[in-house]
Amino acid sequence: MESINSTGSKELQWKDSLTTESPLVRRLLIAAAFLYLTFFLFVPLLAVFVEALKGGLAAYVGSFLNDDAIAAIQLTLLVAAVAVPLNALFGVAAAWAIAKFDFAGKQILITLIDMPLAVSPVISGLIYVLLFGAQGWLGPWLLENDIKIIFALPGIVLATIFVTVPFVARELIPLMQSQGREEEEAAITLGASGWQTFRRVTLPNIKWSLLYGVILCNARAMGEFGAVSVVSGHIRGLTNTMPLHVEILYNEYNAVSAFAVASLLTLLAIVTLAAKAIVERKIHSPAIVADPIAGVQAGSSR
Amino acid sequence: MSIQVDQVTKRFGTFTVLNDVSLHVREGELVALLGPSGCGKTTLLRILAGLERPDQGRIFLQGTEVTDQRINERRVGFVFQHYALFRHMSVADNVAFGLTVLPRAQRPSVTRIQEKVRELLGLVQLQAMADRYPSQLSGGQRQRVALARALAVEPKLLLLDEPFGALDAKVRKELRRWLRRLHDELHITGILVTHDQEEALEVADRVVVMHQGRIEQVGTPDEVYEHPATPFVYQFLGDVNVFHGRVAQEQLAHGSVGAEAVLPSDVPDEHEVTFVRPHDLEVNRSRTNSSQLEANVRHVLAAGSRVRIELSTQESAQVIEVELTKERYRELNLREGEVVFVHPRHRRVFKLPRP
Repeated sequence: MESINSTGSKELQWKDSLTTESPLVRRLLIAAAFLYLTFFLFVPLLAVFVEALKGGLAAYVGSFLNDDAIAAIQLTLLVAAVAVPLNALFGVAAAWAIAKFDFAGKQILITLIDMPLAVSPVISGLIYVLLFGAQGWLGPWLLENDIKIIFALPGIVLATIFVTVPFVARELIPLMQSQGREEEEAAITLGASGWQTFRRVTLPNIKWSLLYGVILCNARAMGEFGAVSVVSGHIRGLTNTMPLHVEILYNEYNAVSAFAVASLLTLLAIVTLAAKAIVERKIHSPAIVADPIAGVQAGSSR
Repeated sequence: MSIQVDQVTKRFGTFTVLNDVSLHVREGELVALLGPSGCGKTTLLRILAGLERPDQGRIFLQGTEVTDQRINERRVGFVFQHYALFRHMSVADNVAFGLTVLPRAQRPSVTRIQEKVRELLGLVQLQAMADRYPSQLSGGQRQRVALARALAVEPKLLLLDEPFGALDAKVRKELRRWLRRLHDELHITGILVTHDQEEALEVADRVVVMHQGRIEQVGTPDEVYEHPATPFVYQFLGDVNVFHGRVAQEQLAHGSVGAEAVLPSDVPDEHEVTFVRPHDLEVNRSRTNSSQLEANVRHVLAAGSRVRIELSTQESAQVIEVELTKERYRELNLREGEVVFVHPRHRRVFKLPRP
């Protein structure tokens, strides 16, 4: 008996060592990953809140309750409220076109959608300064007609839209391509109009991926610094978004307020991650499959 | 609904998928479009549905031209090879879809729709599955849901694109019998696309054999099987032995199998090809007439209701397939390696231009 047991466990060990690394290597790798993340991600994250609360709760709350901070928060929300729906709309339209139709220039469109990810955000801002700035191509004409784009809200919105174009489209294109056209064709042969087909067949099939894309798009729209910094002009209470406001406060050695506002953005990031995790789970295990089984089983047991 | 396809041509890029195809389907008929993949049968079906537009030619449904009519005005039911069920809707919602997208004035009441869904699910024997989702059904069940969904809008024409192609052999057989019965009950005009000759011959009233974008032959299953119009149809419908050879000069070459039959006159530029089905070959142990071909038994496959025997001719080592009844096989008592004499009871000679 004993001998059988010992050979059995030996075989197991032997097999184990064939398929995975030795325990020492495994522990080292896991520890390295944890240490790295703690040092570079968790400690800085913690530092934001520690610094923000250094002056006590009153000072923390006070950091938000002044006109400049409120204006910055409002501006950030406004910019996101314009940029995110626009990019969601564009993302769905572009993904639809790319996945469901064949046309010349399809590859160019896919590449163009990815461009904002490849370009430095500062360049993205500069593009608009070159286009609409006082010395830019359209600058003199805009000046004559008294239209302000650079150093004003439209410029900030434009730069944000540019930077956040890819998020929804990139999420949807592979999904819609893998889903194919058959369900839509079936809907049309059953008499559905184009809009009915979109609303009742396409949209339900893509809703979780769409939401996922919107969450990422929103996080980037609210957190964008580089591109917005170039076009904003940093006018307090007027063209400062939250990330810009943090920078100004910090440059003025107002560390508590800077970190307090930064903590808001950090909270946004945490909420985004949580929402992302939930939506990801929805995408990978659709409730529509799990629920009815439970329903059927409950029904039959009764 | 009668269908008239009038000289339809369709190209994808430089590839001609349909080449000047004309076809008439009578009201209430079930017609199979049969051919190998890439022959254009699915494209023809999609053109009839309105999912593709022909480059040339016209389509008439019930005598009215519909070439430029939108899909949702054609009242055509379409069943896809991979079912194309709406994955986020229950079976009942899938079936109800066509009714719920009707304009408000034509849309039946909610209770009437529910009733209709129940009726249709009864028709396809899936009442118990109404609340399930497509992912919880087997392939055969999904295709029946797809059929119920297509029938819900009371189409005058039902188009089926390889409806049983993704199913295993047993389910396929069951479903096609069931489809035939359903068609006999409903009297809907139906067109079925398939690459499975057995399916086409068993289900359809008429079979349209297609090859390389053209129609090779149209006829009842019996006609196309017993009297194939072209070498392609002969080869595509069932197994066949092909003998090449110019007859006049090579009377005794393997082209002369069964030479007692009158052969068509010989034209120097033409090439004679003789087609014989495996079950139309007569096998004997001794020579009974001079035109018999001498062959060796290479292989015997005795499984199944009929015995298949592989012979190879002594002159040219060409492989010949013969199908015998069990009785005849026992009578002959053949063993591998033995010498036999074969000649055809029936055959068909086609004259092809010399390659």
